[in-house]
Amino acid sequence: MTELKLTRKDFVSDQMVRWCPGCGDYAILAQMQRILPELGIPKEDVVFISGIGCSSRFPYYMDTYGIHSIHGRAPTLASGLKLTNPNLQVWVITGDGDGLSIGGNHLIHTLRRNIDLNIILFNNRIYGLTKGQYSPTSLPGTKSKSSPMGSIDPAFNPIAVAIGSGATFIARTAATDVKHMAEIFRRAAAHKGTSFIEVYQNCIIFNDGTWSFATDPKTKHDHIIYLEDGKPLIFGKNKDKGIRLNGITPEIVSLDEVDESELLVHQESIENGSLAYFLSQMHH
Amino acid sequence: MSDIKPIYKDVDSVVIRFAGDSGDGMQLTGTQFSSTSAVLGNDISTFPDYPSEIRAPAGTLAGVSGFQVNFASKDVLTPGDAPQVLVAMNPAALKAALPDLVSGGTIIVNTDSFTASNLKKAGYTSNPLEDGSLDGYTVHRVPLTSMNREALKDIEGLTNKEIDRCQNFFALGLTFWIYDRRLDTSIKWIEQKFAKKPQIVAANKTALHAGYHFGENTEAFQVRYRIKRAHLEAGTYRRITGNEATALGLLTAAQKAGKTLFYGTYPITPASDILHFLSTYKNFDVRTFQAEDEIAGIGSTIGAAFGGAMAVTGTSGPGLALKTEAANLALMLELPIVIVNVQRGGPSTGMPTKTEQSDLLQAMYGRNGESPIPIIAAQSSADCYDAAIEACRIALRIMSPVIMLSDGYLGNGAEPWRIPDVDSIPPIKVTHPTEPNGENGKFLPYKRDPETMARPWAIPGTPGLEHRLGGLGKQPETGNVSYDPNDNQQMINERAEKVARLANWLPEQEVYGQEKGDLLVISWGSTFGATRSAVQAAIADGTHVSHAHVRYINPFPRNLGEIIGNFKRILVPEMNMGQLVVLLRAHYGTHEFIQMNKVTGRPFTIKEIREKIDSLLAQG
Repeated sequence: MTELKLTRKDFVSDQMVRWCPGCGDYAILAQMQRILPELGIPKEDVVFISGIGCSSRFPYYMDTYGIHSIHGRAPTLASGLKLTNPNLQVWVITGDGDGLSIGGNHLIHTLRRNIDLNIILFNNRIYGLTKGQYSPTSLPGTKSKSSPMGSIDPAFNPIAVAIGSGATFIARTAATDVKHMAEIFRRAAAHKGTSFIEVYQNCIIFNDGTWSFATDPKTKHDHIIYLEDGKPLIFGKNKDKGIRLNGITPEIVSLDEVDESELLVHQESIENGSLAYFLSQMHH
Repeated sequence: MSDIKPIYKDVDSVVIRFAGDSGDGMQLTGTQFSSTSAVLGNDISTFPDYPSEIRAPAGTLAGVSGFQVNFASKDVLTPGDAPQVLVAMNPAALKAALPDLVSGGTIIVNTDSFTASNLKKAGYTSNPLEDGSLDGYTVHRVPLTSMNREALKDIEGLTNKEIDRCQNFFALGLTFWIYDRRLDTSIKWIEQKFAKKPQIVAANKTALHAGYHFGENTEAFQVRYRIKRAHLEAGTYRRITGNEATALGLLTAAQKAGKTLFYGTYPITPASDILHFLSTYKNFDVRTFQAEDEIAGIGSTIGAAFGGAMAVTGTSGPGLALKTEAANLALMLELPIVIVNVQRGGPSTGMPTKTEQSDLLQAMYGRNGESPIPIIAAQSSADCYDAAIEACRIALRIMSPVIMLSDGYLGNGAEPWRIPDVDSIPPIKVTHPTEPNGENGKFLPYKRDPETMARPWAIPGTPGLEHRLGGLGKQPETGNVSYDPNDNQQMINERAEKVARLANWLPEQEVYGQEKGDLLVISWGSTFGATRSAVQAAIADGTHVSHAHVRYINPFPRNLGEIIGNFKRILVPEMNMGQLVVLLRAHYGTHEFIQMNKVTGRPFTIKEIREKIDSLLAQG
């Protein structure tokens, strides 16, 4: 076999990218085009399938096979394609409206079946393409075009939905954290079974700053924890805080007062979803 | 052994209906009777008629399940207008089926079930076996339950419930005796079906023999009827339902095209049997996918088509409605898929187990935007095989979704089917490009074949032909997203032209009877049998009437207008309120089209259509 020598450019299509200037989607696209050449997969074996929404324009910008399908249904096309030709690497690009509202049923059943697909859910907590209505991940009280006095619906937690559906690979990253995002994409590609990735992605027009707690360099260190297999949950700008289990409740402790050995240790391969569910429920 | 010598009478055809509670096994009894008759070389046509509830309250009219078989030594096209023989397992079955029975017909009745409580449940105020209301019929009173219990009393390890469950085989055995049928086909079936439960095998076989011997030893049944073999074309025959035939047709088409068959679907009455049959054919590279809903069924089908499979989804009316948006996606992506719609009574949930032809306009127009999709309609249960192959052939030829219309009557009904010589079925040519078709090594996914107007079907995994498809308006040839007014107009024109051009390639419409005249009957789909039989009989009686059965509904056959022009009046019987007639009027509006419509959940009888023909001709 000859060695594949693909570069980022091989994955860039001839279509002009038409997201808003400053949209978080650009970074996701760039990282995807960066990591794909590293995977050693011929580009004709890579397929991107999307639904409808801003994120779903993604396949047009990738010089691979792709389908821009209909609202919420991308996982169904991806499933049929993968079952027909298991040799393909199939990525599903979806958003919080596409994947969790109109396509919620397909998302949970696809995760349940665990067909070897990679699903990336761009979560910007708003409907962007339809110009700014609250979405299933918008926090209660979100003021939007369709909820001028604040939305009253509780929000979906995409990670908890994935856990509840029995997903076998679940990760969260942020579009601003490009190194981490690239690593998560690589890990998802390597996972056999359905991979589910939630990407915190900023909509600069309709919901700017929704993830700033997790992306702003001033605040993010106090609000995010990098989970690594076998390592204790430590965070903070000075790595001086950690998570300890108090009974069955996680709590924040200072490493000045508590020894590292008492901290919760991340374990990726725990069969039951209990630890994952704990983690999914932690919020800033 | 009895020394009574039976008298044999030869008859051409018999229509028999088995009727009982929905838990009584009437569908099984009818199916067994049909299978044996098919093996004996009779032509058969069957009509299962059952409630949508799995076990409606026992003994009530709502719970009556019936199975009608027409078996004959001549060609039969329908399950018969009216049964001559009714096997009624309880009062409700008698009450429900009696109005259909021919006057003076034969009734075999289980007297044990005519208890006060069962009579009340059926709504009888007096016992019809005693009040003289059956005087015009030949009634055989058989204490079936008790005789069956007596026959099975020595078999160990059976519960009373299990014993009573065998009484349908007792009834079957009795009818086998009366109509001179062999027992071996059913015995073989019992042995295979219950192979792991020897006492159930013994019980059912004993019941079958007991019923047969009861007939042999009872003076009441000393007339036996013989129905000779039908003169069917030489070959190997099997009994087949429309849904089985559809499944085998799809499978054959995929094999002929050298393709994996992908069937992505969601359970729905009366289409689910197609999934059941196909799920047993993994050895022919069939991949069935039971999706989470109707939309996922067709979505997975589109994904499979993109991947290069012969991709099919099946459903019934409400499911077709749900698949609408995705059907249009397939149309925009120009990927070949087949959508099988086994129609049922509507609207909404309607009558899931009853038949109708009321999705024609949904198939034709039920999508947003300008979205022509070819439509082909099967005409009989066995014909579902050919229709399915043709639907695949059309889809693959022009890279388009194709809708195949069947219905509950065809899907569940059965007839003998001559197993075709597969070598005689022409291959389906499919090509996948491997080289770019544009300048500078570019691949143009929408550059069309000049003859068929199909776009090239490049499949993922092919180096150099990477491309993106989508549901947005697009530029010709490149398929790039475009809102340019001329681009949109051109693409819509091309998709319409692609379907319209099929008419040049599809066969011409045939006419049965004279080519010109006063009256032409135009039918489509499952009304073929009753319509053709009525026209045949009318012609045999010296009437001038012709019949055109339309198989291709979109596009219409290229000579249909010419044929219509040769007749003064056109009668259009349909199991809807007039849907084909809407299309005929739109295309050939200057003619007089006479509607004949029925939405009772039951197929037309030959008699109904014949009477309409006669009354029209009597008007002159």
